[in-house]
Amino acid sequence: MENQNIEQEVMLTKEDFASDQVVKWCPGCGDHAILKAVQDIFPKLGKKKEDIVVVSGIGCSSRFPYYMNTYGFHSIHGRAAAAATGVKLANPNLSVWMITGDGDCTAIGGNHFIHACRRNIDINLILFNNRIYGMTKGQFSPCTFRGTKTKTSPQGTYEDPFNPGELAIGAKATFFARGVDINPKELSEIFWESYKHDGIAVTEVLQNCMIFSNGVHENITGKDVRDDMQVKCVHGQPLIFGKNRDKGIRLNGNQLEVVKIGENGITEKDILVHDKTTEDTGIHMMLAHMMPPHFPVAIGVIRDVKAPTFNDSLDQVIENEKANSKIHCMDDLLNSGSTWTIE
Amino acid sequence: MTAKSKVVALEHVVIRFSGDSGDGMQLTGNLFSDSTAFAGNDFATFPDYPAEIRPPQGTVAGVSGFQVHFGHKPVHTTGDLCDVLVAMNPASIKANMRWLRPGTIIIFDSDSVTEKALEKAGYADDPTVDGTLADYQVVKAPISELTKEALKDFGMDNKSMLKSKNMFALGIVMYLFNRELDTVYKYFETKFKGKDQVIKANRTVLDAGYHYADTWELFTNTYRVEAADLEKGKYRNITGNTAAAWGLMAASEKSGRPLFLGSYPITPATDILAELTKYKNLNVKAYQAEDEIAGIMSSIGAAYTGCMAVTTTSGPGLSLKSEAMGLAVMTELPLVIIDVQRGGPSTGLPTKMEQSDLMQALYGRNGDAPLVVIAARSSAGCFYTAYEAARIAMEHMTPVIMLSDGSLGNGSEVFRIPKMADLPSITPPLAKADDPNYMPYRRDEKWLRREWAIPGTPGLRHRVGGLEKENGKGNLSTNPENHQIMTELREEKINRVANDIPLQEIYGDKNADLLVVSWGGTFGTVRTAVEGLMEEGKSIAHAHFDYIMPLPRNTEEVLQGHKKIVVCEINRGQFAKYLRMNFPEYKCEQFNKVMGLPFTIGELAFKIIRLWKIRISNKRSC
Ligand SMILES: Cc1ncc(C[n+]2csc(CCOP(=O)(O)OP(=O)(O)O)c2C)c(N)n1
Ligand code: SF4
Ligand SMILES: [Mg+2]
Repeated sequence: MENQNIEQEVMLTKEDFASDQVVKWCPGCGDHAILKAVQDIFPKLGKKKEDIVVVSGIGCSSRFPYYMNTYGFHSIHGRAAAAATGVKLANPNLSVWMITGDGDCTAIGGNHFIHACRRNIDINLILFNNRIYGMTKGQFSPCTFRGTKTKTSPQGTYEDPFNPGELAIGAKATFFARGVDINPKELSEIFWESYKHDGIAVTEVLQNCMIFSNGVHENITGKDVRDDMQVKCVHGQPLIFGKNRDKGIRLNGNQLEVVKIGENGITEKDILVHDKTTEDTGIHMMLAHMMPPHFPVAIGVIRDVKAPTFNDSLDQVIENEKANSKIHCMDDLLNSGSTWTIE
Repeated sequence: MTAKSKVVALEHVVIRFSGDSGDGMQLTGNLFSDSTAFAGNDFATFPDYPAEIRPPQGTVAGVSGFQVHFGHKPVHTTGDLCDVLVAMNPASIKANMRWLRPGTIIIFDSDSVTEKALEKAGYADDPTVDGTLADYQVVKAPISELTKEALKDFGMDNKSMLKSKNMFALGIVMYLFNRELDTVYKYFETKFKGKDQVIKANRTVLDAGYHYADTWELFTNTYRVEAADLEKGKYRNITGNTAAAWGLMAASEKSGRPLFLGSYPITPATDILAELTKYKNLNVKAYQAEDEIAGIMSSIGAAYTGCMAVTTTSGPGLSLKSEAMGLAVMTELPLVIIDVQRGGPSTGLPTKMEQSDLMQALYGRNGDAPLVVIAARSSAGCFYTAYEAARIAMEHMTPVIMLSDGSLGNGSEVFRIPKMADLPSITPPLAKADDPNYMPYRRDEKWLRREWAIPGTPGLRHRVGGLEKENGKGNLSTNPENHQIMTELREEKINRVANDIPLQEIYGDKNADLLVVSWGGTFGTVRTAVEGLMEEGKSIAHAHFDYIMPLPRNTEEVLQGHKKIVVCEINRGQFAKYLRMNFPEYKCEQFNKVMGLPFTIGELAFKIIRLWKIRISNKRSC
């Protein structure tokens, strides 16, 4: 319920949210742009600075809290979701932002991640997906594509990666969005949607690691390919993309396909209209699943459905119990039930 | 009282109700404890369930027991060897042989002896006739048949009638101890309210057992344990796990910091989680996480956010929490970690007690990561130990491990109900809003603790985490000198807690020849054994440690001036090693046992006497 608790208009600027710490990511690292996008949107949230907490795990990306002039907690590898859950349950009025890497979130922290999704705890989770362990200098992660050569896979990996979107939606996340590091404006908009969403909001950012997985998203974000390889998911709008906006996603039977408008009698009407609010995970899963070379990648808010949040549910139970109990303090409890007196 | 037999006064009695899992022994034992409370005795109880949920009927593995130790004098333990064993089938005799002493009265349902029952219990012959039980007073009663006989006019089927046979046994025991039946009647009336027929049936069987014992003169003597000389006040019966939960809640109320528990079920600690989840009405946020790591991490998140945060577990869970405990040490946040110890290593003996997590609690983290370790000495004492753990955590901004164990957690004791107003105050060092000089690692001179700056407070925004911080400012720092300073500060901060805890007590003559040392849940047995030897005139004293890290300031004085020191513990000598490490000039003998069972008073006394005879020379060891 964080959105409804704006007690007063807060006039803040981007600079208000930059901490005094020197940002130590490699020059050209995608993390810089994500930081900028977050610093851009925070002043617009209407939240006071002291009511925002940024929680992270361990990794290059997880250094994030040090660069934000808010309350911040840099926890341990993989456990940010658990720490963020504690922060939110302790004080639901806080706006909680969790920063995690693909390794932090889907390897060592996989268990906490799926349970945070399932419980629908009201936190904003930003997953920096560079498909590599950056901080430890380039080992493959659960999001590294099969066959990729890394420090610990000199012959190429022989395992298939997770798709964080499928993982999140499969684990019952009520919000999933995807953005790219080179488009901070679009990211800011996504973070705004994330903020407005009550419940877990997972945003995967395709982030470039200059050093260890440079270019891994190039086939999606490259200048010459991006229009053909990204489809913007806008609620209520047809999923049309392409340099000439002549391509679209069509639901054919029980599968998605890419079609060309104007060819084979296909018109705009045939194109799937994006509905982020459908309860059913089917189409959202299929959208999250889309990958080059045969499909563009879905960008924007793919899923945004309503469900009771874990923190609200807990607070409701507490309110009910308080209203209906005869025991109001420890003295009441200590003296309740079966007791006897020695005189 | 129509007792024809002689009434003998006893100081204290241990009685164990034992039967098949379905025989209702837990209820029987609880009803007997209620009447014990009513009789004004001091008492302690211990349930002994099988580890399996539905173990094979009639087997030794399926035996469920409930022990009550009650007395005219203070009762420190749940008792070891029994004075009376109620055995509802042959397997219950087999399972409890180790707990019998010469002369134990065994009240036995003679109807339970069938070929099949003997076979399931692993007896070739009826143990009550073949001499197996020659050292004991076996009182055979056809309990099943007499129960059916008593209920013959109630129109009940065979199975339902037999369900009440525990009440027949209880009637016999109530007679044996000259107890009034009122408390049991009262229980029937509240429990079966509106079901008059059920109330009547239960009463009938209970009365039948009582009168049977009387009429048939089952016992040559009956017994009476006079009311104990307990301090004036209001009392209740409480288990260690419930007491721990309530102690935490009391500390939360006292400090004004909301209670947050992040935990994951594990025997024998689960009951603390289950207990705390009940009290949402008292604003307790109890959170069952996906694993132990999430349990402690959510608690650390909540501690950062200003809650009195707790995580509860047992050995395997404590192992999982190690890395996160280090984070709590590094971020210098208040956190209570309760470890209800069980037999280890690995999954070990989940339902049995042990004290073998001590070293893990003290040192089981990467880096130099000191924290406070304290231990509970009794079931009711868990209330105060948990309260104290929370007080130290919040007032010194540090994680605190409280060690309990399976016997303390599940055992129950008479608990004198405190008034909240009488409990010590708890004042955490909260940072002041908008303090222009606030720094995350600024410390006060006296305790070296940093302030607690809680998200939501204006003007105190800051970042903390597991990376080393610059002293004072709290910025990331890899400076070599700074790490040296911070490591020493973290250590010194814990050492200074010694100035905020009581001095170590020594029970008995402080220059006694023999000093017996113990810690944690063995308090009752060791104290009772020492008292016995003192009464025999032995020069003996007892030091029981509740505070382990840091040790009380006067620990060395306590160790001084004895010919021998013996450290008794349920592990392979972890506290003894710890003392030797801290005080190498004192020679510590050890007495250890690792059978998943508490010490018995007898074996302790035996060991101590032996030390006396063999080892106490005139040379002082110090
Ligand atoms: C318990 C533990 N195991 C391993 C590490 C080492 N480690 C630090 S960061 C990291 C991986 C980070 O990868 P990712 O989460 O993708 O973040 P990135 O650096 O790519 O942003 C690893 C394995 C650690 N710090 N703690
Ligand atoms: S190693 Fe990669 S992820 Fe880490 S800061 Fe450098 S570019 Fe960014
Ligand atoms: Mg990564």
